[in-house]
Amino acid sequence: MSEWQPKILAVLCNWCSYAGADLAGVSRMQYPPNIRVVRVPCSGRVDPLFILKGLQSGYDGVLVSGCHPGDCHYISGNYVARRRFAVLKPLLEFVGIEPDRVQFSWISAGEGERFAEVVSKVTEDIKKIGPAKRLVKGA
Amino acid sequence: MTVKELRETVKSLLTEGKVDLVIGWGKGTMPGTSTPVFIDTAEKADSLIFDSTCRNNLSVYFTKDRRALAKDDKKIGVLVKGCDSRSLVLNITEKQIDREKVTIIGVPCNGVVDMKKVVGKVDGKEILEFTDDSKKVTVKGREFELTFPLDEVISDSCLTCVRRDAVEYDLFIGEAREPGSDENAYAEVEEFEKLDSEERWERMKQEYSACIRCYACRNVCPSCYCNVCFVDQNDPQWIGKSPEITDTMIFHIIRNLHVAGRCVECGACERACPMDIKLLLLNRKVAKEVRDRFGSITGTGLENKPAMADFKEDENQDFIMG
Repeated sequence: MSEWQPKILAVLCNWCSYAGADLAGVSRMQYPPNIRVVRVPCSGRVDPLFILKGLQSGYDGVLVSGCHPGDCHYISGNYVARRRFAVLKPLLEFVGIEPDRVQFSWISAGEGERFAEVVSKVTEDIKKIGPAKRLVKGA
Repeated sequence: MTVKELRETVKSLLTEGKVDLVIGWGKGTMPGTSTPVFIDTAEKADSLIFDSTCRNNLSVYFTKDRRALAKDDKKIGVLVKGCDSRSLVLNITEKQIDREKVTIIGVPCNGVVDMKKVVGKVDGKEILEFTDDSKKVTVKGREFELTFPLDEVISDSCLTCVRRDAVEYDLFIGEAREPGSDENAYAEVEEFEKLDSEERWERMKQEYSACIRCYACRNVCPSCYCNVCFVDQNDPQWIGKSPEITDTMIFHIIRNLHVAGRCVECGACERACPMDIKLLLLNRKVAKEVRDRFGSITGTGLENKPAMADFKEDENQDFIMG
């Protein structure tokens, strides 16, 4: 049997992180094929429900990525998102969700290499904690 | 403060035409209960009371389906404890209530009684009479009479409260006390944080598996006033309707995030819960994060923006991958 492979939901903002993923692709950089990408207009569009819904419906982890602070296409979308995640993450940990299960990062359109690194790191982290059990429907 | 002072104040407000309606508390039908009353004439003011049974957060009458109340041209007076006044301030900063149209009347609160604790004190015997002053509670029933300190039977939310008197008011009946220090206000949250992840999840599961998803916690919350709540949406249907633990947990996590930086920890949700779930633990965890990260304490200043609608450019982002 081959090693267990996690399924990871990657929610990427259209203007930076998605373009970063694209750059990683066209530059033929290698990164684990475990992510499923959802493109959103801005990290400020990410409702915590998206993340929880992902965990509930079978994803083993969630990565949310947006533009670096100061670079938001909509000026302040990622600042608002940052506050939201700043509360969401400790709250999820508080109820007993493993800290590495849900991760956030800033990746710009020019950081293809960084995108590959982040995806590798998140995949490694989630492999270490194993398949999601808490919050999963029907588990 | 005496009840007489309270009634006289409300009467004079009504007769002088400063307000058209006052929302307050009246005696309830059962011992140890109170009920919201709506006073629109001076005569009716004699039904007003204020004591430790006045649990209801009356600011709820300004939001939800009763929003019209606040939008009318009527001038409304409302009696508030410390937590209620913070709810009002939040609703004013969120532009749900016009500050000019509401007359806030503060009353000195010493904590509200949790009747479950009182029933525990008398070993579940039937209580026929309940009286209290600012320090003691006396209950009478068949063949027994018992007096104990008020502090032993007040709600958990009152035990940790440091703002018992209104933070914003037009007039205060009696003398408003300064807020205490909230340095150690979140001791039980810190205690829970020390447990390991597995243990926390097991405890949460145990606590919340009792939830029957009646949404009483949402309905009673003065900060929950969306026209259509996410749990009632069916296209897309965000969460399942069954009381399965994953759906229940997601409901409670999201409910807490929706009131992040907006919850005043009045404890109305916990008192409304028919299953006695300790709902405030999550609310208070969020309130603690909001205080520690953004330095914001909900409902304490009319000029403060709600924490989640605000940001600073150089904020702590230790939770973001380096």
